[in-house]
Amino acid sequence: MEKVGVYDDELVNLKATELRLGLPGTEEKVSCGKSNKRALPNDTEKDIESTGKTETETASPPKAQIVGWPPVRSYRKNNIQTKKNESEGQGNYVKVSMDGAPYLRKIDLTMYKQYPELMKSLENMFKFSVGEYFEREGYKGSDFVPTYEDKDGDWMLVGDVPWEMFVSSCKRLRIMKGSEAKGLGCGV
Amino acid sequence: MREDNLEMSENVERYLQLDPRSAAISQPPSSSSSAAAFVSPANKSRNCNSPCPDHVLENVLENVLQFLTSKCDRNAVSLVCKSWWRVEAQTRFEVFIGNCYSLSPDRLTHRFKRVRSLVLKGKPRFADFNLMPPNWGAQFAPWVAATAKAYPWLEKVHLKRMFVTDDDLALLAESFPGFKELTLVCCEGFGTSGIAIVANKCRQLKVLDLIESEVTDGEVDWISCFPEGETQLKSLSFDCVDSSINFKALEGLVVRSPFLEKLRTNRFVSLDELHRLMVRAPQLTSLGTGSFSPEDVSQGEQEPDYAAAFRACKSLVCLSGFKEFTPEYLPAISPVCANLTSLNFSYANISPDMLKPIIRNCHNIRVFWALDSICDEGLQAVAATCKELRELRVFPFDPREDSEGPISEVGFQAISEGCRKLESILYFCQRMTNGALTAMSENCPDLTVFRLCIMGRHRPDHVTGKPMDEGFGAIVKNCKKLTRLAVSGLLTDEAFSYIGEYGKLIRTLTVGFAGDSDMALRYVLEGCPKLQKLEIRDSPFGDVGLRSGMHRYYNMRFLWMSSCTLSRGGCRDVAHDLSNVVVEVFGSDDDDDDDFTRDYVETLYMYRSLDGPRKDAPKFVTIL
Repeated sequence: MEKVGVYDDELVNLKATELRLGLPGTEEKVSCGKSNKRALPNDTEKDIESTGKTETETASPPKAQIVGWPPVRSYRKNNIQTKKNESEGQGNYVKVSMDGAPYLRKIDLTMYKQYPELMKSLENMFKFSVGEYFEREGYKGSDFVPTYEDKDGDWMLVGDVPWEMFVSSCKRLRIMKGSEAKGLGCGV
Repeated sequence: MREDNLEMSENVERYLQLDPRSAAISQPPSSSSSAAAFVSPANKSRNCNSPCPDHVLENVLENVLQFLTSKCDRNAVSLVCKSWWRVEAQTRFEVFIGNCYSLSPDRLTHRFKRVRSLVLKGKPRFADFNLMPPNWGAQFAPWVAATAKAYPWLEKVHLKRMFVTDDDLALLAESFPGFKELTLVCCEGFGTSGIAIVANKCRQLKVLDLIESEVTDGEVDWISCFPEGETQLKSLSFDCVDSSINFKALEGLVVRSPFLEKLRTNRFVSLDELHRLMVRAPQLTSLGTGSFSPEDVSQGEQEPDYAAAFRACKSLVCLSGFKEFTPEYLPAISPVCANLTSLNFSYANISPDMLKPIIRNCHNIRVFWALDSICDEGLQAVAATCKELRELRVFPFDPREDSEGPISEVGFQAISEGCRKLESILYFCQRMTNGALTAMSENCPDLTVFRLCIMGRHRPDHVTGKPMDEGFGAIVKNCKKLTRLAVSGLLTDEAFSYIGEYGKLIRTLTVGFAGDSDMALRYVLEGCPKLQKLEIRDSPFGDVGLRSGMHRYYNMRFLWMSSCTLSRGGCRDVAHDLSNVVVEVFGSDDDDDDDFTRDYVETLYMYRSLDGPRKDAPKFVTIL
């Protein structure tokens, strides 16, 4: 089914869609950590038509909606959905950046109900893997640490506060990498 | 010789300045009466010794040029020599400006003295998809101010993606006594108050078309603001005005508008109200049906005979609306199906079973818009009947990237086999194959517009797993008249090499989430000589790719690149090397970017301009 196809192709074409910081032609690569956490199928061509493990592993979280895609005018969207979803609401879009990735994304926090959904979505969007979250020690098992800037301008570790508090106070997200992240990882 | 020519043009100008209004109200500088009359003999003899051959030549030219309407032809004429340039400028009554920032209003009024009709386009198309922060620009204000002074005889204004305020509309209504046609497409910034002023003051108004614009509810009963007595209204479209209207006033308006041909109502007009309108205006050729649902669900014997009303509209050829339709009433339109040339179901969740009995009779349809709720089965029904189809647009009912997608290459291929005269297609789907694209390229050689949106990003051919390169390659190769192309799905640089090799007539190209490297961009910029509008998002193209088009940018209307891999330095270099091109850089927000993203260019929008960078750029826009 389609979902499998999408994930497969995204993995295959990691290189094809790779956005790099340096000028084209240089060897510098953005390290997109492939973790052991997700067992994505390696042989994509065989698996395209199958309803394999990928689907069950990544079943529920809504895929983060890229702004303006698919390219349907909001006038049209609103008209069709007038009856469907009266109380749609504005959505809470925040910018997400990742160290080393030369592009920003925006996500709508109201699309998620809890941290795991959000993390899966970010992982998928930026092709990385976040480690495991421990209350005391922060994230372990990956170079990438998800952080956010709250209303007071402080940089916090994603997951430290209850979800609702996070949604209401998060101004923007930043996926830090490497040593800079370590400092935050050790509790706030 | 030259001095005589100069003097003559000065005379013309002086004549105009002396008495601009006399020409305006009663008789706008006409094309029907001899243009030579404008070059007053009295003035001539004052300054010339004898009727110079050039005067005669210019008079003749004026008379001939008034028959030229195509702007391309006129542009060519104006390049012949200075004299022809002048004469052409004096006889151009309709001006088209594809990018409002490509020149200043003063330049317009300076060159063209007798403009009666103005078409202005503002924001680039990607602004429709929230890729541009609000308040970026494209205000109508400076244009209405300049034209109000220069062209009091102005009759027609057509705006697309412009920011228009109620004050602008008020100034328009007050400044142009002979004003006839106002069309606002994808505009915003105004409300029902502004509409009311136009309705009230423009006594010659023939056309008031508000199309896909955002109209704020000023809580004004604007329909009642049309003056008493017979109107000149030919076309009234307000389906995008999302506020209730005074139906009684609308009915009264329709009754006293004997010339009304097109009426597009909004969703606040119920089916029974629509019925009343139709009965009073059976001469309508185009009808926007509003909600297409009866107001009062509990029907008695009083239910109107809707089918009879449709049957009575013998001239009806275009139907749209159906914004909140009730399926059981759909068959009411059957009596007009055989005459329909245009049918727009794109706001209605119509299933194949609802569609089939209707479309079966639509043998003359040339334009068909629908939602993908009609499924492949519905498309097959269209293909079986609509042999005259020229334009097809299928929009997604569920416009999300990971939605189910009820249509696929099956419906697509059926259309290609059944509708051989197809010229324009816009198709949103989740599954497509190279085979189907190739089939369409072979079956429909008349295609000029091909826009395919495979909604899941980077999706390959779902049967073979291969990129969509070959399919799009076939389209550009076989559809020799192709002028507009939008690509999607998994595409490598190869697809772009095909576009560059075969897309010799392409004027507009839309790219998103495609390509591997700068080579793709280079193929296009080096290969497509007619390219005017290039809009790209989220593709791995950087500074090197950008530079490969240096020879082209002045001959293009614009280039848009967002979420690519451009650097500020690269863009600055381009700006530095191309003095007649304005290079704008901005983010997707109106707040300032962080320090660490300063070198990263989120959005590049560049366009040629005769008058340099604009002065009204907001803070979040940097003009390099």
